[in-house]
Amino acid sequence: MGAGANIAKVAAGALVAGGLVGASVRTSDDSLRPPGAGDEQDFLSKCIKCGRCIEACPFKSIIAEQGTYGIGAAVGAPTFDMRTQACHMCEDFPCVEACPTGALMPIPSRDVARIGTAVIKRDLCIAVKGMRCEVCYRECPFIDKAITIDYHLRENDDLHTVFEPIVNPVHCTGCGICVERCVVSEPEVAIEIVRDFDKALERIDEEQAKGALDAWSGGTGADTSALGLFEQRGTNN
Amino acid sequence: MDLTRRSFIKATATAAAMAAAGGSLAAMAGCSNGDSAVTPGSGDHPTDSEGATVYTGVCRYCGTGCGVLIHAKDGQLLSVTGDPDNLTSRGLNCVKGYYLARMLRGEARLTVPLIRDDPKTKGSMEGMHEATWEEALDLVADKLKTAWKNDKSRIGFWGSGQQPIGEGYLTSKFWKAGLLSNNIDPNARMCMASAVVGFMNVFQTDEPAGCYDDIENADLILTWGANMAECHPVLYSRVTAHKVQDENCKHYDITTMRTRTSETADKVMIFKPGTDLAITNCIANYLCEHDKVDHDFIKDHITFKKGTENIGYPFADDYDVTEPGNTVDAVEEITFEEYAEKLKPYTIEYTSKLSGVSEEDLTTLCEAFANPDLKIASWWTMGVNQHYRGTWVNHNLHNLHLISGHFGKPGDGGFSLTGQPSACGTAREVGTFCHRLPADLVVANPAHRRYTEAIWDLPEGYLDAIEKPGMHTIKMFRTMSRGGLDFLWSAHNNWAQSLPNAERFLGLSGKEEDQGIFNTFIAVNEIYPTLTTKYADVVFPVAAWAEKEGQFGNGERRTSVFEKAIDPPGDARWDVWVLMQIAQRVLDGETIDGKDAMDHLFGFIWDKEKGDFKAETQRDINRDIWEEYRTFSNPSMNEKAEKINHDENLHMEAKQLAPYDEYLKQHGITWPVREVDGQWVATKWRFAYGDGKQENGFDVVGIDQYGSKDLAGGVSFYKSAGQRASVVFRPYEEPPYTPDKEYPFWLSTGRLLEHWHTGSMTRQVPELNRAVPEAYCYMNKDDAKKLGLQDGDNAKITSKYGSFEATVNTGGRFDPPDGMVFVPFFAEETLVNRAVMDVYCPLSKEVDFKKTTCKIEKA
Repeated sequence: MGAGANIAKVAAGALVAGGLVGASVRTSDDSLRPPGAGDEQDFLSKCIKCGRCIEACPFKSIIAEQGTYGIGAAVGAPTFDMRTQACHMCEDFPCVEACPTGALMPIPSRDVARIGTAVIKRDLCIAVKGMRCEVCYRECPFIDKAITIDYHLRENDDLHTVFEPIVNPVHCTGCGICVERCVVSEPEVAIEIVRDFDKALERIDEEQAKGALDAWSGGTGADTSALGLFEQRGTNN
Repeated sequence: MDLTRRSFIKATATAAAMAAAGGSLAAMAGCSNGDSAVTPGSGDHPTDSEGATVYTGVCRYCGTGCGVLIHAKDGQLLSVTGDPDNLTSRGLNCVKGYYLARMLRGEARLTVPLIRDDPKTKGSMEGMHEATWEEALDLVADKLKTAWKNDKSRIGFWGSGQQPIGEGYLTSKFWKAGLLSNNIDPNARMCMASAVVGFMNVFQTDEPAGCYDDIENADLILTWGANMAECHPVLYSRVTAHKVQDENCKHYDITTMRTRTSETADKVMIFKPGTDLAITNCIANYLCEHDKVDHDFIKDHITFKKGTENIGYPFADDYDVTEPGNTVDAVEEITFEEYAEKLKPYTIEYTSKLSGVSEEDLTTLCEAFANPDLKIASWWTMGVNQHYRGTWVNHNLHNLHLISGHFGKPGDGGFSLTGQPSACGTAREVGTFCHRLPADLVVANPAHRRYTEAIWDLPEGYLDAIEKPGMHTIKMFRTMSRGGLDFLWSAHNNWAQSLPNAERFLGLSGKEEDQGIFNTFIAVNEIYPTLTTKYADVVFPVAAWAEKEGQFGNGERRTSVFEKAIDPPGDARWDVWVLMQIAQRVLDGETIDGKDAMDHLFGFIWDKEKGDFKAETQRDINRDIWEEYRTFSNPSMNEKAEKINHDENLHMEAKQLAPYDEYLKQHGITWPVREVDGQWVATKWRFAYGDGKQENGFDVVGIDQYGSKDLAGGVSFYKSAGQRASVVFRPYEEPPYTPDKEYPFWLSTGRLLEHWHTGSMTRQVPELNRAVPEAYCYMNKDDAKKLGLQDGDNAKITSKYGSFEATVNTGGRFDPPDGMVFVPFFAEETLVNRAVMDVYCPLSKEVDFKKTTCKIEKA
């Protein structure tokens, strides 16, 4: 009961604070939803904003969506702020368990859950420049599957390899631990979760097209190295 | 995963500006503290595009020794970036080094001396009041002097492999020559001691013969108990770069648990804890049985020996002085045939059964060493050193390379990796150990004492008072816990969190006999509050790295200077100033040879009347300290010393150091440094004649001076007794504890990439805390299932020694085999050392942090 009342308060507050009455409606298709959610239309048609998944999350990762996307069905729906608290992909999915309407559908195991796909912003990532970071890789609960390391020689340096983290869209669950842990925050976090799979693939290709990125010259624009991403993807997606 | 051998993007026309911007570009506040003789180093410095002055240094953290540039403007730190001119790192850092600027100005920075009113409040920062330097210095000096005069066996100093060289040198001089006490030991006892004793036993000289360039020259790289990927990150980038470029180069990871290092290895050989002793002997046995030893090398260079066996375990406090503890160092000469005979039980079959490594993999290792044309680089660290027989494992690794002749060529040899930034440069080379003097000298050797007296201008025989070694680390803290220490001073470490058996040493057990810590007067130099400052009676706030000028010597014997770029905050002072102030007070009225003791020992840098340094700048002070220190390896600078060096065949030039300013000019140099045609030239491969050119890094000057250049392998052990290295047979003996019904798991502890040691610095950096916010209990998924634990559950880990709680992590970053867990030691709130045993290697006195047995349950 408490959670529900809170959601209502939040939603009401959002309506007022948002000041968006009458403004053009933006889509919530990009909002991240708890594991087990279908596409946004399907999800919103079932989610009654009861807040039980929020209560059930042992890590307090799931939060109520503020009026980011304007008035509409999305306000108050469960979402994440991955930078603050990522999803831990609990093996027993208490959030899914708690959902009374099937808005969150049962998942056979954590590695096939799909919140979204991680996309690394290669011009912000310090590992791409040769620094030994790869925190995202080491913290990833699906290490060597969802994120792997591509070792290639650093530009103009035959002594050192770059340890470049590469997201494998087939295995990435979008849990967001990488976003939560990334050391870069200026001007923004160097990794994000993109909900729509095709959008994510497009973004990944865009990033890879930036090629080898020199230390701080903003990219040399050198020949793309086609890092075998598509081989890793395997069959259709 | 496969290390992809992809073609690299060839260098384009652009000369890359390798400088990388540091992590923090925010201006940092740095108030001047009124340090009278302190201004940033003199000499020309470049300025950057912001108009900031750019100083050079090496990273504060690991033994890799990555170069950094420190940007400061108007007394404020702007950023720390990688140094493209540093030959090891070429502008790169790991994420710890990347955020060095952030580390210096955490909110909790100590800026005022603190004095504790009631020792009963120890264990917290409560109960301490702010004091003036006068008060704090007077109090500490009074306590030290009283304790010293009363019974000098009851005072102690715990130093560090993170103490800059000049500081370590002066501390050692004060303690050994000033107080005539050997109760000074470093935290490097917990890190490199097994390697040290191994080197000294085998070669009679400390530190590896090779250098980091061995990476690029090796055909086969073996990591033994070393998680280089996380603990020597930028060095590991060199390992992978070599593998990427050379298809024929192989890397085998020989380890008790899968790590990120295992990920890029061609083979991973998981062995049962302790069986590394057997595996190394197995390879040696194979070489003997198949006659694949290098007979020429053996004939020219090796003496075979055996040592005391069945030496038990130092559970009891009196182990060192009772049988078998008091026999562990004994060795006697044997023949090669006797050595080969002792190896016979270590067949591939036996060793495979014992260790769990497949016969196939063992054979691969054997055949590799049996191939004289293969260049094999063995790299080892804490898995080998922090071991109940760590010295023996070191011996065995040297044995392999020596009997097979895999020694003395670039890429071919054993390399003991150093964990801390200056365990080599300071602890080992200065000798801040209870049994050492500078430059490989030891207190027990009369000729060594004479030589030291010559350089410190002490009357002959003066140091005979310290011929007996003092208390090593565990002995010191066991003694303290029993009320046997009146005074303890520590700097550049966090013993309360890093020592094993916290229940005993911190009195957490509640037992009456463990409460000694509350009655010992403890002074601590620190930059941030830590668990150790919580047990201090006095805290001296000191200058951090880059707030003072200092020197580090890294794992490949490269000494570098880090410059002073800014002043320390608030009232924090340079450690050397603190030391001089204490020394002046304690030595007041004392004389050496009829002359004032303070003037005698420190008059070359300190003006007693003024109560301050003689020289104007830290640069000048450091240079003066350096010039005295380097006399030890440049006996020609001191007539008396030169004569003793000659008469006693000390060969002190084997560790030759260059004049101070050379290090600034060259951004660090690897010793022995030789003057050739007016240039100071490094030695990369000691004892190797190579192509006969010192300029190419071969030990030509040394061998020409003291050795022989026409011996097998082009090697000459001119610093070793009889110019021969010792191959000592060391057997397999089982660990002190083995998992059983009550404690079915191995508990291993250590480091990971994002945090340094006890986190006293890295946990001040928000980015690093965000990356790894807590110390997890890493276990594999099967074990978690069997224990009914999920990733994210809270677990309680209990050993015979104590218990702690940690969150379970099955993510796989550390992937232990069944029956083993790994928990890093950086988190004060977790305090893994409550459960860790204080059993040490009887020869090196280094603790085994990796083989406590424990049980795990849901908390």
